Order: sequence, then C-alpha cells, then structure tokens
Amino acid sequence: MRMRSLVVGLLATGLALTACGKEVAPSGPSTTAAAATGVTVTGSPTFDRMTKAGKITIGVKEDQPGLGFRDPTTNQFSGFDIEIARLVAAKLGFDAGKINYKVVQSAGREQAIINGDVDIYVGTYTINDKRKQQVSFAGPYFIAGQSLLVRKDDSSITGKDTLKGKKVCSVTGSTPIGRIRDQQLTEPSNIVEFQGYSQCVDKLVAKEVDAVTTDDAILKGYAAQQNDLLKVVGEPFSKEPYGIGLAKDDKALRDKINDILQGALDDGTWQSTYDSTLGKSGSTATKPTLDRY
Amino acid sequence: MGVLTDNLPLFLGGFRTTVLLFAVAAVASLVFGTILAMLRVSPVPILRGLGTLYVTVVRNTPLTLVFLFFIFAYPLLEIVKLSYFTGAVVALSVYTSAFVCEVVRSGINTVPVGQAEAARALGLNFGQILGSVVLPQAIRAVAPPMMSTLIALLKNSTIAAGFSVAEAGAIRQVLSEKGENQLLALIWVAVGFILLVMVLTLVQRALEKRWSRAR
Amino acid sequence: MSNVLFDTPGPRARVRHRLYGVLGVLAVAGLVAFVVWRLADSGQFTAGKWQWLQYKQVQESLGRAVLNTVKAFALGAVLAIVFGAVFAAGRLSEHRAVRVVSAFVVELFRAIPLLILMFLFYYGLPVAGIHMTPYFAVVLGLMLYNGSVLAEVFRAGIQALPKGQSEAAYALGMRKTQVMVLVLLPQALRTMLPTIISQLVVLLKDTALGFLITYEELLNYARYIGSIYSFGPVEAPVYFYRPIVPTTIVIAAIYITLCLLLTLLANRLQRRERRSRKHISAPPQPTQAEVAAA
Repeated sequence: MRMRSLVVGLLATGLALTACGKEVAPSGPSTTAAAATGVTVTGSPTFDRMTKAGKITIGVKEDQPGLGFRDPTTNQFSGFDIEIARLVAAKLGFDAGKINYKVVQSAGREQAIINGDVDIYVGTYTINDKRKQQVSFAGPYFIAGQSLLVRKDDSSITGKDTLKGKKVCSVTGSTPIGRIRDQQLTEPSNIVEFQGYSQCVDKLVAKEVDAVTTDDAILKGYAAQQNDLLKVVGEPFSKEPYGIGLAKDDKALRDKINDILQGALDDGTWQSTYDSTLGKSGSTATKPTLDRY
Repeated sequence: MGVLTDNLPLFLGGFRTTVLLFAVAAVASLVFGTILAMLRVSPVPILRGLGTLYVTVVRNTPLTLVFLFFIFAYPLLEIVKLSYFTGAVVALSVYTSAFVCEVVRSGINTVPVGQAEAARALGLNFGQILGSVVLPQAIRAVAPPMMSTLIALLKNSTIAAGFSVAEAGAIRQVLSEKGENQLLALIWVAVGFILLVMVLTLVQRALEKRWSRAR
Repeated sequence: MSNVLFDTPGPRARVRHRLYGVLGVLAVAGLVAFVVWRLADSGQFTAGKWQWLQYKQVQESLGRAVLNTVKAFALGAVLAIVFGAVFAAGRLSEHRAVRVVSAFVVELFRAIPLLILMFLFYYGLPVAGIHMTPYFAVVLGLMLYNGSVLAEVFRAGIQALPKGQSEAAYALGMRKTQVMVLVLLPQALRTMLPTIISQLVVLLKDTALGFLITYEELLNYARYIGSIYSFGPVEAPVYFYRPIVPTTIVIAAIYITLCLLLTLLANRLQRRERRSRKHISAPPQPTQAEVAAA
C-alpha cells in the first residue's frame, strides 16, 4: 500500500515538475547556407550510406563552449566545430534539418568512426600518425596548440617550464596530460586527472590545482566565461591540427571534404565562421593549410 | 606479454596504490563498521535508528556518487584538506563500513543466546558483553562473508581511477595515451586482480581453519 | 539476539539512554547542519545553481537519462538472473567437466572488478574487431559480474532445500533437467528472494559505472549539466555556474529513491511469501552478507 502511494506520489511530482517546465524557443542555426543539390561522391561507401539514410550523422562534443557546445535548455548545438560540420554537411547536400548530431567523448572517437556509429567526426580532433592508423582525416580546418589556463592573480606560471611543483589538471587519457607526463613538466604526483575539463576548471577556481592544460582553443572558451578569474598564459607548446575524422579507407569522401574546406578558406566563409564563434574571445587565428594525403 | 614487460613500473605502481588503498580502507571500514554494528544493537533506540538510517542511505547510494561527494563537495566544507588518495580512502570506507556493519550484525545473531545471558548473569554491562563475549565469537563466525565484503572493497577501489588516483584501474588510461593495445593491457590488469583475490581467499581459508580449531 | 544483549533498562538507565539518544541526535543534526551551512556559504544553494531544474528540456533529458539507467538495469537484471540460474545448475551438475567449467567461469567473473570488465568490453574488444556499444558493454558487465554472484546465491539456495524435494521429484519419474527447472530452481528462487533483491540493488547502483565508459545514463547527464557555466548568446548569457554539487544532490536522491523502491518491493514480496508459505521453512540466509557487498 505504502509502495503504491509512493509510486503515485513520485509520478505526480514528476508531472508537476514537467508541467511547470520553462520552455526556451530554440534559435535556429546561424549558418543558413542552402544545401547543395545533386552532389555525388563516387566510390565513397560512407557517402552512399548517408544518401541511403537521407541524413548525415556527425560526431561532436557537447561540453566545450565556443567549439562544440550543447545548450541544455534547447539541446541545440553551437560553436566553431559545429559550424564547420554544418558547412560540410550543406555542401554534401544535407541541410541543417538532416544532420543527426551524436555526442562522442574523446575516449570513444576512433571506435565511433570505425564502427560506423558516426559518418564524420568534428570535435577538437587532433590529427596524428597514431590515429591515422585507425581512421583518416580531412583538414586541418584549425590549428590549436597546447596551452595553460591559470588563475588571473597567479603570476608564478608563465609557460610550460614554470610548471614544476605545480598541480596540473587535464582529462584522463588525453594527449595533453600524456605530454606533461612524458616531458616531465611537473612531478607525477602533481598530475590530476578528471573526466571532463570543466571539473578541472572547477578545481582551478577552488585553488586545488594551479593550472589546467589542453588546447588553447578549449581553454580560451573557459577563460572567456570567467574572464575576471581566469586567464590563458604562455606560448602554445605544441601544434594540434584539428581534422575531420572519417573512415580510413574512404579517400573519395576525404578529398571531397578537403575541396569543401579549401573553398571555405578561399571565399571567406572560414573567416566569418571563426569570427562569429571562437573569434568573439578577441583572439585571431591564422588560416590552416590543408594536408592532403 | 610485451605490454606488461614494457610498462612494468606502471603496472607495479598501479597495483601498489591499489593494495595501499585497499589496506587502509579495509582497516577503517572494519573499525567503523563494527562501531556501527554496536550502535545497531545498542539499548538506546535512537542510536539504533541512526545506525539503521546510515546503513540504509549508504547501501542505496552508488559508490561513484559517494566519490563525487568527497572529491567535489567535501572541499567546500573547508574542514581538513584531503588529498585525492585520502579522499578515495574516506569514500571507500564510508561506503564499505555499511556492509561491514551488516556482516557483523548477522554474526552477532549467530552467537548462541546463552552466551549473552551468561555474560549478563555475571554482571557485565553492554559494552563488556559485546566487546569481550559476543563480538569475538561473532567475528569468527562471519569470516567468509567478511572476506567477500573485503574482496568487493578491493574491486571497488578501481572506481578511484576516475577521480585522479593512479591505481590499477588507471593503467588503461596511461596506456591508451601511449597507443598501446588496450585489450592486452586490460587482461593483465584483470589477471592482477584475480591474483589479489586469490591471496585474500587463501587468507580467509587460513583464518577459518585456525578459528575452527580454536573453538 | 540483540534484545538479550542488555537488561531491560531501569529508571536510571532509561534516563542515561535518553541522554545518549539526545547527544547522538544533536551530534548528527549538528553535522548535517554544518554541512548544509558550509554548502550554502559557498554558494551551492543560490538560485543560479539550481535553475537548470526548471527547464523543460532539461527535465526531459533527465527523464531520458533515468530511463537509460533503468533500461541497463532491467536487461542486466534479467540476463544476470538467467546467467546465475544456468551456472548454478552447472555447478551442481553430475558431469565433472560441466561442474569444473561452471565453477571456473563463476569464480573468474567474481574476481574481476566490474569496472575492468566494462573497460575490457568497451575499449578492449574493438581491438579484436568486435563492435560494442556502451550500452551492451554495461549490460554485459552487469550480467557477468552479478550473474556470477547470483549463481552462488542460487546454489546455496538449492543446496539448502531438503533432499526430499529432489528425491520425490525423481520418484515421480522426472528427468534431471525437469527436477532442476520445475522443482529446485523455483523454490531456491523464492527462499533466496531477499538476497537476490539486495543483489539487484547492487546491480542498479552499478549501472552508474557506465558513466566511466560514456554510457548516457543518469550520472553522465549529471556530469554534463554540472559542466555548464553559462550558455546562450554572449550578450545575454544565462548562468548555471557549473552546478556540480546541486546535480550530485539531485542524482543521489533519484538513485536512493530507485533503490528504495526496489527494496520496498522486496519487502512486500517477502511478506506475501510469508503469508502464503506452503513450502518447508526457509534456510538461514547464508550468503546474505556475502552478497550485500560489492
């Protein structure tokens, strides 16, 4: 009896909550480029799969402001990566309504592509040789570099060589933390790893760690959110060319996407996309040179 | 084999931290769990209720959440600053002691009623009855389930890997940064745990044998 | 037992006990008050940190996350029970080979940490070319680990049944499989019900580990919401201030409620069981504590 009333009570509470939910009208995607028509990519199994499904599935990040971010109140995606993804999709013949976003975190990216869970992946995905053994990359469409986020009132950290004895935080299993470990930029006991960058930033604000390290593009997003508390310091100490990940054997699609990116770089679309997203933080970026292989 | 031999320091370091984490948390949960069990059979109704409340809440909370609390919410309390390792020990102890409490309590119930009655007849008070008569016998009776609880604690310690403690569960993360074969790496980690569990099982057998002779 | 541990308190003891009770309650209340005060003082209870709860989309997503947790639990539970029944029967088989293999499998999966199992399925198997979604990695891990524990529970339950049960069944001309499936297992299932349910509570809690292999369950969604500082247009952002603590509190409440519902269900079934008891008195609960762990 008690059980039943409990269930009913819970259901009622749930309903009540839903009933008073605040709704937010989703604002449409900012890129309004019309989808190209009659696109063909001969010899691309991935493209055939997309055409057959009538939609393109794009792997993205959801928790990186300015790059790949999902608004929790509308479930709309935004950011530089997302705009690039929309651009590519449009040129491949899929308008914004035919894009199926799938959130894939760093650790599962190669698998998502290999398994065919996503058609392409656009999400701070650094091109490197190790990954090229499993997947292939179009691009780069952006060049980031590993940098450091510190508290604004902390002047003791100015670059990668001043990290000794400081607590450095990053995401588990990521390239940046591996670099800190390999180059012994700080003591192993001072390396802190969590599941997400935001947890590191939380610890940074709470003064439990002294620096958060990863690509500057990501860090700038966090610095912009709390610019009274946080700053990005030092020269980037690595080159992280962001590419669009796709199946390893699909050269036809890779070439096609490279053509699309080249077109965007040439006609100014790339620049305006950058300006409307990452560029808002005030930093400028140099155009990348495509690496066709 | 290559994954193991090439990264031996990593594996050894990881498992050393795991064993350390386990040992400290085990002692802490045994002590705290026993105290909780004493609360749950105490003559004071309110204390019994508090013990029950603790056990009910903790047993129904995922360990990961307990970890989240001690790593992210606890620092806000500004009591004593805990390192991530100590935080993990506290989280594991808080969680495991609820299970230890239940094991000890079930052990207390296996001690023949006459034991406590005789102790009372001798004029011993509650603390003395429990401490000198009932608990020593109860602990012996519950060696197997207690060891299972401790084995569970050993395995649960892997969750600390998600909270910046470099124990055996974290070996995969480091090796994946290096691009090693994760399947092999994980199989070696699993083998390591099987060995540790076997050691604990042997300890349990030895204790059982010794105590059965002593009885 | 517990009531023979102490004498019935006299008037002075009662006063003393009342004092202990008051002190205990005060201590706990003080602790709780302190925690709440510190959290409030550090701004955890400001409206900004809780306003995420009022958005319709967030509520829906939260609901979906709960559903995902329940989905993993439901399939994991059913599979674990089947796995447990099969391997319990295997360990009691008359064929030595079956016994040895079953014992090996059960002991193996009881020894490997569930998290390592999930890692193995999600990160390890793709190396060997086996497709694996987070959902199946979670469900498989839950099945193998909890199934092995349940196998031991069933076995204990079957062994505790009076020998007359199987003898009578054989005398009726039943075959081995029939005896096991029709006579022994159902009874063992019933007598071990409390232990089984407490293991299912463990299983429900363990779904939270899916968060570490990117399964989109409750804890994963909490992590996402907890990661949001602000959103919306740069000119007029809406602030959530990374509500890590508030999300943890909400999620804890949901988990505890789900687990308590399961426990309540168990108690109910047990009461009904006791009322309609037709079978022989239940055995003591041998693996109660053993199972309660994990």
